[in-house]
Amino acid sequence: MRYLPLTPDDRKAMLEKIGSASVDDLFRDVPTRARLNQPIDLPPHQGELEVERALAALAAKNVSAGSVPSFLGAGAYRHHVPASVDHLIQRSEFLTSYTPYQPEIAQGTLQYLFEFQTQVAAITGMEVANASMYDGATSTAEAVLMAFRVTRRKKAVISGGLHPHYRDVIATTGEAMGADLVIAPVDPEGIADLLQQIDDKTACVVVQNPSVFGHVADLTPLATAVHAKGALLIVVVTEIFSLGALKPPGAMGADIVTAEGQSVGVPLSFGGPYVGLFATREKYMRQMPGRLCGQTVDQDGRRGFVLTMSAREQHIRREKATSNICTNSGLCALSFCIHMTLMGEAGFTGVAKLNHAKAVQAAEKLSALPGVNLLNKAFFNEFTLELPKPAGPIVDNLAAKGVLAGVPGSRLYPGEARAANLLLVAVTETNTDADVARLVAALAGEI
Amino acid sequence: MLNRQGRPSAPEAGSAGAGFTTWTGHRGLAHEEPLSFEQGAKGRTAVDLPEIPKVADRLGGLAREGEIGLPGLSEPQVVRHFVRLSRQNYAIDLGVYPLGSCTMKHNPRLNEKLARLPGFADLHPMQPMATIQGALELMAQLGGWLSKLTNMPAIAMSPAAGAHGELCGLLTIRAALEARGDKRKRVLVPESAHGTNPATAAFCGYTVDPIPATADGRVDLEAFRKKLGSDVAAVMLTNPNTCGLFEREIIEVADAIHAAGGFFYCDGANFNAIVGRVRPGDLGIDAMHINLHKTFSTPHGGGGPGSGPVALSAALAPYAPLPYVVQEGDKFRLVEETEGEAKPFGRLKGFHGQMGMFVRALTYMMSHGGDGLKQVAEDAVLSANYIMAALGDVMTAPFEGPCMHEALFDDRFLKGTGVTTLDFAKAMIDEGYHPMTMYFPLVVHGALLIEPTETESKEALDEFIGALRHLAERAKAGDTARFTGAPYLAPRRRLDETAAARQPVLRWTPAQ
Amino acid sequence: MSETKYTEDHEWIRVEGDVGTVGITDYAQGQLGDIVFVELPDVGKELDQGDEACVIDSVKAAAEVYAPVGGEIVETNDSVTDKPGVVNEDAMGEGWFFKIKIADPAELDDLMDEEAYKAFVEGLA
Repeated sequence: MRYLPLTPDDRKAMLEKIGSASVDDLFRDVPTRARLNQPIDLPPHQGELEVERALAALAAKNVSAGSVPSFLGAGAYRHHVPASVDHLIQRSEFLTSYTPYQPEIAQGTLQYLFEFQTQVAAITGMEVANASMYDGATSTAEAVLMAFRVTRRKKAVISGGLHPHYRDVIATTGEAMGADLVIAPVDPEGIADLLQQIDDKTACVVVQNPSVFGHVADLTPLATAVHAKGALLIVVVTEIFSLGALKPPGAMGADIVTAEGQSVGVPLSFGGPYVGLFATREKYMRQMPGRLCGQTVDQDGRRGFVLTMSAREQHIRREKATSNICTNSGLCALSFCIHMTLMGEAGFTGVAKLNHAKAVQAAEKLSALPGVNLLNKAFFNEFTLELPKPAGPIVDNLAAKGVLAGVPGSRLYPGEARAANLLLVAVTETNTDADVARLVAALAGEI
Repeated sequence: MLNRQGRPSAPEAGSAGAGFTTWTGHRGLAHEEPLSFEQGAKGRTAVDLPEIPKVADRLGGLAREGEIGLPGLSEPQVVRHFVRLSRQNYAIDLGVYPLGSCTMKHNPRLNEKLARLPGFADLHPMQPMATIQGALELMAQLGGWLSKLTNMPAIAMSPAAGAHGELCGLLTIRAALEARGDKRKRVLVPESAHGTNPATAAFCGYTVDPIPATADGRVDLEAFRKKLGSDVAAVMLTNPNTCGLFEREIIEVADAIHAAGGFFYCDGANFNAIVGRVRPGDLGIDAMHINLHKTFSTPHGGGGPGSGPVALSAALAPYAPLPYVVQEGDKFRLVEETEGEAKPFGRLKGFHGQMGMFVRALTYMMSHGGDGLKQVAEDAVLSANYIMAALGDVMTAPFEGPCMHEALFDDRFLKGTGVTTLDFAKAMIDEGYHPMTMYFPLVVHGALLIEPTETESKEALDEFIGALRHLAERAKAGDTARFTGAPYLAPRRRLDETAAARQPVLRWTPAQ
Repeated sequence: MSETKYTEDHEWIRVEGDVGTVGITDYAQGQLGDIVFVELPDVGKELDQGDEACVIDSVKAAAEVYAPVGGEIVETNDSVTDKPGVVNEDAMGEGWFFKIKIADPAELDDLMDEEAYKAFVEGLA
């Protein structure tokens, strides 16, 4: 076995030192009836070549998004990731280190987490950010729980423009906590008004911008109404590149911003691992979930970084912790941080503008098709088309013809009549003009 | 004094190179690296973009105004920045990383290579089923391996890490209880448990009731039985436990909780000690998460991403969360809504699970095979017992062996030396090692928990043992300053955690 | 004439008239280590004896401060939130947390006097 260094002679010598006759003897605390007397029915070990062959065969059964024109979004976006990102995250010292519990020999991890926190706070327009969560959905559910702690209330108002998976994750964790959840109806037109739902029992309002249907809205009036009732506004961003072009949530009165950071540096990878972003106001800092990296000095006065405010966390506070989270998304946070550093101000805003311009061009061409209606007035790089017939079968047909046309409303909202004819289309810098032309032509053939 | 980039003006007294000053603050290959925000120039970038098409914007009057404040660096600067940062980290690829409870074993590079195949890495989670058959088949295969290794019929794949798996397990249990109209209030958790256990139980709205430990480091079965009642939803037990010991009376625990109408949750963080030799299903366990980043060696990546699939008994299987994969003939399908007999408790994550980790874990399993996985457990246990035996005369162990995959010591051997567990651990850094887990489990005074794993050679173990013997002897010989001032030779000496927490600075600001 | 009483959770209460000043003992601050954060109760809050009144974080630990007796919070010491280190420096004096209007003076009888507390702490070693 190529990964197991001990030889039969080593094992013999070690058993002698221990004073045991056999390895079985070391397992003597296992109850007799639970001891396996025969090998488990699994294939034997294999060499690299055989394993690679088997996995490559599985991979070959999939249509990778980059091999065809692809316009899928709805919470995960295909962007170009510079080659140096993947090279750098595979440095042994990043890839094979643990959570930085010993800061003297983990300054590399800690410094990039500090840079990551600074980047996240800057692009969201907030004051502080944590060192990452599992993904955008869990980050949002944690934000709702944080709002409960801050306000000592248990009612959350959920917008009908919030990604339905995020809505479901909030409902799953919220119900366990005994939360009162007011879930607004699905809102494809982006016109619903949440103001009547907010009262003095409301802990928070959760709203996504751009919404799952791509609508961009000014949240300032909502923030004012939320704050008037002593509640918090949680703004969710699933396409982080939108913040390169749009006014950030922090400038519109958000109290907590949660986001999916996958777009920057992290491959689609069939839905995970991704990286949840979490940012808030400084006054709520100690109510945040997750790891926080802070600046300090060492014994000799040199600047250094440590994990800080740990007393909020499960390993110290146990059942009174702000969250049960332990491991987060360290390496994906590094990918995000490197990609963001490579882009810088000019690159990040440039990619965002490019995405928007390409999406505007595509939306014009697609909505010019007979019977196709664009639902969005304002959008970033994703918009919703209303088709003259159900989008689900069309998407399947187009996939068979080598075009991944977008996410049908029925996939997000099964059984919801209003969603059946909707198609969510995302356009990024990876889509060429030829890709768009193929989508337009293919869709024209289906309607 | 610090200059703008936080470099020391002189090496400190008592450290290697004391009295030797450099103009840059660097010391040979040890470079001091400023923050990216302290570097760069306006307008510089490491990405080249095509010309942006001229269109009238449709941002609804909400275009961003003003600067974000991101620095501008070129690719060579960025590469150098992160390479320099990387060199300030310890890593399993550099040396023994004996963090008990964390399982820092070798990360095979084949796993990395295969996770990057475009057929896995470049798949969108919402692609039509016909275009993702291989991905669904891979999830089913991984679930199949886990099911055989645990002898438990169902695997919930979506949890993103161990603690997320605990949440999944407890919510499944809660749903099963509620389905029979049985609302229960308490979850029993041993005092020695990982902090995530009580935190998870509280997260699910349960009251946490601690179970004391016996003098031999195991759950006190009598005390446990006394705490049982019709309001106990579950017991959460780690096995092998956090003291590195197998719970001898685990079957009695299972029988007792089942007799009381509750469920048995097992924290599977230490599954690597028994994989291929003991199947949790045979112990009466109802739900157990498996940290793929521990037992099946997906890289820890500086703190994630992890992956924590949960094995479930037949009684709990119907309540597993959405989404999940089903096989219909030779086709696979992702179930994203409630259907048929299933009663899923809800959804835990944005999409289907940590696919990138699934590929790595399955690669690891297929590489080892059934025979190799059993060898993994045996070598891990053998190595820990070897360390225990080789250090027993200079360090002190709170419990009698054999241990499982971890060797646990307490701080009695340091009594009267003026050296604490923390000092002892920091001195290991100067010897070129990452310290072991300290002060955990909480039930042992000044705990030092060593997990060598199965991927250390005997030569590496012997050198590690030699270093610990040397340090234990130096402590007893009164060489106190070696410990209390340690580390001397790391990129940083001890950091002021009090200042960091009292006046938190969580981001760079231009005014600094 | 004031008197100081102690709890088994290492709180002290100094009684003057019907108001008690509450803090943690020097022994407790030593056990916690450097205190980095204190969350005080709201003035006006009513507590029963043994209710959680404040939360204290140190670098490595977290602890709750319980009300030694029931009553209403009438004043809090904001200087400990600004400079939590004062609890380490002067736990029995400047590092007090809150003043409570004692609802039932008989509850003071449940507490230890200084001598009994000293013996209690020695018993813990």
